[in-house]
Amino acid sequence: MNWEFYKILAESNQWNAILPEIALVILALSLLLLDMFGGKSGRELVDRVAVAGQIFLIILGFTLLRNNLGFLNQETFAGMLFHSELGQFMRIFFLLSSLLTTYMGSVFLKKNQIPETEFYVILLLITAGLMLLAQSNHFVMLFVALETVTIGFYVLVSYNRDKSNSLEAGLKYLIMGGFSTAILLMGIVLLFGVASNPGLPGSSLHAMKFSDLHIFLQLNEGNLVAKTGVLLVLAGIAFKIGSVPFQIWIPDVYQGAPTPVTAALAVSSKAGGFAVLIALVSGPFKPMANLVIPVLSLMAIITILFGNIAALAQRNVKRLIGLSGVSHAGYLLIGVVAIYSVPTAESAVIFYLITYLPASYAVFGVMAHLSAAGNDDLLELGDFKDMLKDSPFLAGVLVIGLGSLAGIPPLAGFIGKLLIFYAAFQAELYTLLGVAIVGVVISIYYYFGWIKEATFRFWKLPVLEGEEPELPKEWPEINSLTRVTLGMLALLTLVLGLYQGPLSSLIGG
Amino acid sequence: MTNYSILLLGTIVVPLVAALVMQVGGSLSKATTRFFATVGFSFPALASLILWINFQPADPSGYDYLIKLPTGLEGLGIYLHLGLNGISAPLLFLSGIVGLAAGLYALQSGAERLQQYLMLLLYMQAGLMGVFASVDIFFFYFFHELALIPTFICIGIWGGRDRHSAAMEMSIYLTLGAMLSLLGLLAICFQSGVSTFNMIALKDAIAAAPIEGASQNVIFGMLLFGFGILVSLFPFHSWAPKGYAAAPTSIAMLHAGVLKKFGLYGFVQVALPLVPLGAVHWSNLLAWLALGSVVIIGFITIAQRDLKVMIGFSSVMHMGYCFLGVACVSILGAAGAILTMMAHGLTVALLFLLGHVVYRRTETFEMDDMGGLVRQAPVLAAIFSGAVLASIGLPGPGLLNFFGEFTVFTALWDFNEAFAFAAVLGMVISAVYGLRAVACIFFGPHSEAFEKHLEENAVKDITVAEKIPIFILFVSLVVIGLWPRSITDEMNRALEAEFKTIDAELATLKNQPDESGIEFALSEKTQRR
Repeated sequence: MNWEFYKILAESNQWNAILPEIALVILALSLLLLDMFGGKSGRELVDRVAVAGQIFLIILGFTLLRNNLGFLNQETFAGMLFHSELGQFMRIFFLLSSLLTTYMGSVFLKKNQIPETEFYVILLLITAGLMLLAQSNHFVMLFVALETVTIGFYVLVSYNRDKSNSLEAGLKYLIMGGFSTAILLMGIVLLFGVASNPGLPGSSLHAMKFSDLHIFLQLNEGNLVAKTGVLLVLAGIAFKIGSVPFQIWIPDVYQGAPTPVTAALAVSSKAGGFAVLIALVSGPFKPMANLVIPVLSLMAIITILFGNIAALAQRNVKRLIGLSGVSHAGYLLIGVVAIYSVPTAESAVIFYLITYLPASYAVFGVMAHLSAAGNDDLLELGDFKDMLKDSPFLAGVLVIGLGSLAGIPPLAGFIGKLLIFYAAFQAELYTLLGVAIVGVVISIYYYFGWIKEATFRFWKLPVLEGEEPELPKEWPEINSLTRVTLGMLALLTLVLGLYQGPLSSLIGG
Repeated sequence: MTNYSILLLGTIVVPLVAALVMQVGGSLSKATTRFFATVGFSFPALASLILWINFQPADPSGYDYLIKLPTGLEGLGIYLHLGLNGISAPLLFLSGIVGLAAGLYALQSGAERLQQYLMLLLYMQAGLMGVFASVDIFFFYFFHELALIPTFICIGIWGGRDRHSAAMEMSIYLTLGAMLSLLGLLAICFQSGVSTFNMIALKDAIAAAPIEGASQNVIFGMLLFGFGILVSLFPFHSWAPKGYAAAPTSIAMLHAGVLKKFGLYGFVQVALPLVPLGAVHWSNLLAWLALGSVVIIGFITIAQRDLKVMIGFSSVMHMGYCFLGVACVSILGAAGAILTMMAHGLTVALLFLLGHVVYRRTETFEMDDMGGLVRQAPVLAAIFSGAVLASIGLPGPGLLNFFGEFTVFTALWDFNEAFAFAAVLGMVISAVYGLRAVACIFFGPHSEAFEKHLEENAVKDITVAEKIPIFILFVSLVVIGLWPRSITDEMNRALEAEFKTIDAELATLKNQPDESGIEFALSEKTQRR
């Protein structure tokens, strides 16, 4: 390490390549300023500015930044980042998810009278972290980005600080998160130590770079330390995606966290984990197939079965959707395993995530509207009774969202599952396919159980003389913004199930 | 692509659009709802009739009206590919006509939230038309599921007794069946080596290079259990009588009459031609289970005292004949299965409809609480007796059923005489429960409960509005029964082409029985054929 080295390093800092992330941070800071100096009217504008800024960035991402200002498929920052097409895609994915969380947050926070600005600021920073995470090409970058995300979530999970459940969830997430961070870091350190050992073939000065590590692992497939390192890194990521045996935090944290945060955890955090996993599996860990395939396969099997079976008995909808999310991580893991023999399986995983986003936000959006102020952690299946009759719009959105999560044609979730199954067939993962089928059948019980509560007719006891008739339940007012947002999500879910034309470049045999 | 192809597409699109109008149109006026529903139900029926009459396949594949549209899954070899061959053309008509009858009956059902009910029925109708119009295996499955979802919701909202548990049991059971069949269908596409979901291309590919014997056994096994669950093959039938008993009438008509035929149609159109060795391998087990459907379920049907449950069981029992036809793996068996499907589709829809017409007069499905209804409703009694005779397969109204079952028995004789003897027992069983139901409901003295009911209510004979859907079903049944060539000519042509490759493949098996290891399934009878 000499002066020359730092010079090269400084010259490779192409800040243009991460303009969207920089813009997000500037947006976050300007929200803080607006809150501080804008007075009361400024404070009321905060959510609108946040939403407008993100919409602007998404449009920019779809148009101008498609090839990331010419940095597509290039390394920047001395190999810290690599701007793959997957990374570009995930950027937009995280922005969309963040936008929807912002919208849900504005509904939820106003209802519960919780200060808003900090929520958006932290959310935007998390999003910036996730976007960098999906493009990281170096274990240090990966770790820093991942920690930015995780620390942001520590705060957001306990954001509803008047509620003991939210605080408890925050504490649990902090402890479990710290634990998993330690595991991940240990794995990274082991890999670094062994890969920069000059005595071993293929060792490198920049052993943390994905490409160098790939070369090293190729030459040292059987090295015990390297194997341990790979396993520990996988364990750290398994925590993010919520797969067994690192799913233990999910039900409590999902239940306690404010609903918009739960949604972000379920979608963004999980997708972030999978983006990293795809990058690792198709990059540095590719030579370790003999180790990674059995480990991930076993995880997928147990995750699918555990998630679905544990969700069967849940009545609290946030716990239920958390555990069902565990099973989704399992289906996605099948796609990840398939990547080893069929590289196109990557697009199946991405497509699954695409279908998962609108379906999940549709369901969470309905939940955010339905939960009474201060009681969002206590929403039960029974609270959805008579929904179709009294609030047909919300019920329709809920049914479409749940149907898509259950993987029922003609909704997008079915196409997602079909592509995963297709990839698994190509990769000849018949056992995993069998388990996935069993999982889907089990999941019908709770998804349809939920749909049943919301749509079916229930007998009511007739009101006897002298008894007060039960007060009719109050259903939330739906303003036009809600109608548009939730309607778009439902429509997207339906359209993606019937017509996949716009994404057909993703789907290929 | 001709104008007729567009008409074929229209059979799916028109009910779909009508349903969408009802869904997004807010609460429409009663007249508008009725208008859209009538159009949505009559168009597929008329169009399918025109398509059937005009059916003249010029294509060497035996398909007519082919139309192929990309939907975004081209990368996997999936297109929205529609067309009809000699097997699917009459079944498309069946689904159109039963849909029309069910829709017309739903219009006068007086259900709460009628608009939602009709909307879901129209979605179901679109799916049903799609199942039989699809040439692409993926869409064949896709449309089946599209039709299945409304079934659950309708049972849950407008169903009768036990609707919650019946709907849940049905959804879980049928998802299991659907998933198994999806895996089987996917496996066919992969093992064929051409990675396409196009049935015509698959048949060509498999005629050139059959799938390996061991894989065929696995694939047919998955399809056997998958389709078996969907068609309520004994012992996977428990959802059916329960579900039908809880379902509103129109849903029971559409599901038992048409949707359930999906699996059998899949056997004849997909499984037999594509994995014939697998079919032979499993044929003994399939025949035993089918016999169980006919005989065991037959006796269970006799024991039923609830009219709707009895019709539900009888539909499970009649599916047994179709399965017996499939198990023969012969051209005669397949033809018998399809004829029986047509006959049963029309008859069971008619019976469910009449069952509800009776219920409107007695306000109970318990046959012990009826009796002597003929005095109040002589015309209804005549029609009901006719429908029961049709279901038993007696000449006259039951000609179509008779031809179907007779063909199955003939095919079965070639397969195994003992099975044929046992299966004929089923005809006696149907006569027992069918005629006894007629006797219980319409003849004899009024039961005490019914007497009491009569004192409080004026019971009238069948109304004109009720007669229209009944008339539609009855006329189709009798006309096709008197002139079965309308189905069999074209069907024969399609099946002959199909069985040319099947027989060629089975012949290779006979020449080298040791390698494939499945020779034990080939009984002497099969080889003689």
